[in-house]
Amino acid sequence: MNAVQAAGAASFLGRFEGLRERLPGDREIRDRAAAAFRAGGFPTVRDEAWKYTSLRPVTEASFYEPLLSVADGGDLLAELPVLDGPRLVFLDGRFRPQLSVLPENIEVGTFAETAVFGRLARPDRDPLVALNTMLTEDGAVIGVPDGVDAGLLQLVSIATDVPGRAVAFHPRHCIRLGRGARLMLLEMSGGGGTYLHNPVTEAYVADGAVLVHVRLQDESRTAYHLSTLYAEVARGGTYDSFNLNLGARVARTEVHARLKGERSATHLNGAQMLGGTQHGDFTTIVSHDAPSCASRQTVKNVLSGRARGVFQGKIEVARAAQKTDGYQMNQALLLSPEAEIDSKPQLEIYADDVKCSHGATVGELDAEQLFYLRSRGIPEAEARSILVRAFLTEALDAIGDDTVRASLDRAVDAWWGKQAA
Amino acid sequence: MLEIRNLSASVDGAAILNGIDLAVPRGEVHAIMGPNGSGKSTLSYVLSGREDYEVTGGTVLFEGRDLLAMEPEARAAAGLFLAFQYPVELPGVGNANFMRTALNAVRRARGEEELDAVQFLKIARAAVKQLAMPDDMLKRNVNVGFSGGEKKRNEMLQMAILKPKLAILDETDSGLDIDALKIVAEGVNAQRGPDFTALVITHYQRLLDHIVPDRVHVLANGRIVRSGGPELAHELEARGYAGFADAA
Ligand SMILES: Nc1ncnc2c1ncn2[C@@H]1O[C@H](COP(=O)(O)OP(=O)(O)OP(=O)(O)O)[C@@H](O)[C@H]1O
Ligand SMILES: [Mg+2]
Repeated sequence: MNAVQAAGAASFLGRFEGLRERLPGDREIRDRAAAAFRAGGFPTVRDEAWKYTSLRPVTEASFYEPLLSVADGGDLLAELPVLDGPRLVFLDGRFRPQLSVLPENIEVGTFAETAVFGRLARPDRDPLVALNTMLTEDGAVIGVPDGVDAGLLQLVSIATDVPGRAVAFHPRHCIRLGRGARLMLLEMSGGGGTYLHNPVTEAYVADGAVLVHVRLQDESRTAYHLSTLYAEVARGGTYDSFNLNLGARVARTEVHARLKGERSATHLNGAQMLGGTQHGDFTTIVSHDAPSCASRQTVKNVLSGRARGVFQGKIEVARAAQKTDGYQMNQALLLSPEAEIDSKPQLEIYADDVKCSHGATVGELDAEQLFYLRSRGIPEAEARSILVRAFLTEALDAIGDDTVRASLDRAVDAWWGKQAA
Repeated sequence: MLEIRNLSASVDGAAILNGIDLAVPRGEVHAIMGPNGSGKSTLSYVLSGREDYEVTGGTVLFEGRDLLAMEPEARAAAGLFLAFQYPVELPGVGNANFMRTALNAVRRARGEEELDAVQFLKIARAAVKQLAMPDDMLKRNVNVGFSGGEKKRNEMLQMAILKPKLAILDETDSGLDIDALKIVAEGVNAQRGPDFTALVITHYQRLLDHIVPDRVHVLANGRIVRSGGPELAHELEARGYAGFADAA
C-alpha cells in the first residue's frame, strides 16, 4: 500500500471505528472484514486481479457518510428508464419507501431490519467486499417462495449530488429463490455528481429456480461504481444475467457464479459502451462444481474517445464437473484510435470430459458497411450509430423480455444523445 | 445529366481508370460492357463516392454540379443511386428500418417531410409486391442470409423506394433467374422517362433485350474504347472483347 492508498483506506477505517457500535448485525463479521481491509487496503494494479483497473482515483478522493437526504430523489429516478410495476428504491444506499412500490407476491425486506450477512461473500479475499461488509447499513432482501413465479421486480439505486460532499455507500443485497421459483430482477443505478457506489449482492438460486438478472449501470460520469455479485445455483437452476454498463468514471462489475448443483446454468452476458475517459471493467469468475453444467458469456464493448474497457473471464472446472460446457466471447469495437480494450480469458480445468471455449475479437467499424449506408443517403454520423447499435443488438438480443429490453434500449438511446451533445 | 471528363482513378496506388469520357443525357439509359477487371465497378464506386478510390484527374458533373466534391450521402440526396455488384450484409440492421432511415435521410436533405413507420410500410409493401419478393424480406436483416439473386432484388427494392434520378446498376442481372430478370427489367422500364437516367453495367445481351439502351459503351483498361447504339451489344456478344483492349 502506498501513502495515498493507505490514507484512502484509513478514512474508511476511521469511519468504521466511529460507527462500529451503531451498525446493525454481527459485529464479529464486521471486525474481521475491517481487519482484512486494514491489512490489505484497496487493491492496486500490482494485484493480478486488478492489473487493468486502477482504483487510484477512488483512494485519492474524499468520501463522506451519506446524510439523511432531504432531496426526495424523484427527479433522479425519472432519469432512469424505470418501468411500471413493483420497485425497491434506494437513495444514497438507504431504502426509500416513498419512492418504492412494494410487490405483492414476493417477500421483501431490508438489510437495515434483518442485518443478516450471507455465506457467499468473501471479505477475506475481495477487498471491496471487506469494505462493504465493514460499513454496509442497508440493502434489499428479496425472497421468492418455492414454486412462485414472481414476475418483474426492479431494484433501483440513485445517488444525490451534494457538491463538495461526495458520498460513499455500500449496500448489501440478498436475493433468494426457492425451489422452482422465478424472478425477473431489473436493477438500475444512476445519480448525480461524484460518489462511490460499492454494492455487494448475494443470489441464491435453489433447485430448478430461474433468476433473470438484468442490470443497467448508468452512474454519473464522475462517479465510481464497484460492484461484486456472488451467485450460487443449485441443481437444474439458472442464473441468467445481462449487464449493461454505460456510466461512471471508473466501474468494475465483478461476478462470481458458482454452479453447485448438477445441470445448473449461468449466462453472464453484457455490453459496455464507454466514451471520453471512462474506464469499465467486467470481471467474471464462473466455478463449475458439479457435472453437466453450462456457462455462457458474450460481452460486447463499444469504446470511443480515450475510453478503456476490460474483460476478465475465468472459468474454473472442478474435478467432479464432468460434461461441463463453457463458452466465453469478448468482442470490442474501437471507435477511436485512443480507445483501448484489455481482454483476459482464463481457463482452469481439473476435469477431463469438458467442452470449454473462449474467443476475443477487436475491430473498427467496417468501411464497406459504412459506405453502403452512406451511399443510401444516410449521413456518416447516423450510419456509424446504426452500425454500433447493430453490434450491440446481438448482445441485447439475449434479453428475452420485451419491456425490459425496451428499457435498456432507452438507456442506450440516451447514451447516444449524450455523445452527440 | 451526367458528364464524365477525362476521369482517372487509382486504388492502393494502382491506376484503374485511365481517362474516362462519358456523357449520359437526361432520360437516357446507357449500357457499359467490358471484360472482367476493366474498371466498371471502380467507375461506379468513384461516381458514388467510395473513399478508398482516389481520383487522380478529371471532372464529373451531375446536373451541372461537381459530383466529386460531394459526400456519398449528399450524392444520394441529389438523386444518385448505385445498385451494388456485391450488396453488403448488415447483421443486426433490419431491412425495413434501413430503408426507412435511408428514405427519410434523403427526404430530409431535400427538405421533404419524413415518413412515419406506417406511411413507409405502405410504400415498401407495394414495392415488395411489384418485385414479387417474399414479404418477410422486409423483416430480415439487410442482405444477411439472402441468396445471390435475393440480394440483387433487394437492391432493386431500395431503388424503387428511393426513386433516384440517376441509377447505376452494376451487374444487377448476374445471379438473377429468368423470371427475376424480367421483373427487374420491368421495374427499370417502369421508371424510364425524362426524370430517370441509368447506367447499366452488364456482361449479357440478355438484359439489354429487356432494357433496350440508348447507347452502349465498351470499357477496357480503364477507358471507353468504343461507343455505339444497341447493336454494339449484339456485336460484342458475337465477337467478344478481342481487339478492343488495344483499340484505345
Ligand atoms: N482494393 C483494390 N486493390 C487493388 N486492386 C484493386 C482493388 N479494387 C479493385 N482492384 C482492381 O481494379 C481492377 C478493376 O476492378 P473492377 O472491380 O472495377 O472491375 P470490373 O470491370 O467491375 O470487373 P467485373 O466485370 O469482374 O466485375 C481489377 O483489376 C481489380 O483487381
Ligand atoms: Mg464489377
